[in-house]
Amino acid sequence: MPKQKKPKEPMPPLRLWGPAVSVAWLIPGGGHCLLKRYGRAALVLFAVTGMFLFGLMMRGALFKPQTGDLLTTLIYCGGFVGNLANGLLYFLTVWLGYAQPDVPGMVHDYGTKFLVAAGLLNVLAMVDAYEIAVGKKN
Amino acid sequence: MPKVNLTHFEAAFLFSLFTSIVLGVVTKRTDRERVIYGLYCFGSFLLALFVLGWLMYLGHG
Repeated sequence: MPKQKKPKEPMPPLRLWGPAVSVAWLIPGGGHCLLKRYGRAALVLFAVTGMFLFGLMMRGALFKPQTGDLLTTLIYCGGFVGNLANGLLYFLTVWLGYAQPDVPGMVHDYGTKFLVAAGLLNVLAMVDAYEIAVGKKN
Repeated sequence: MPKVNLTHFEAAFLFSLFTSIVLGVVTKRTDRERVIYGLYCFGSFLLALFVLGWLMYLGHG
């Protein structure tokens, strides 16, 4: 018997998940807060902001998009997207002049990774906020 | 902005802590499962940290 293809689920309307995902991007944990998951919101805020601040205090560098060979493009554009995923934390850092130049050193290098990882954790939180907003999760 | 100088271990410990919290929050469906999964992730990170640390130490000669 041939395997039947599952029908594609239609995309939920934007008004359902748009505000939660936008706020989750701008303020870590904000999406969960908007959806009245206060405990989880506090944990996400603590983890993402904590990691970002430690990255800054370790004098990590923020990526600027650069193109060149494949690896350079991947590292710099990917790193920039990771940094940008921190939302307001990223913009405030740039606007207030806390962005550091890239300098060699083990601690600075860890700091740079912390700044990108904080953004990637925020992406996970945004996906979670989306799933809660559209009713896939409680 | 104060400057912090962390050792390899301290940086890896903090990374494990923050990452485990978010993984615990976003992956499971009940609070109990979230706490257990967060602790499991944190324990796994620390175990990998010690095992890899010793492997590198012993491999270095």
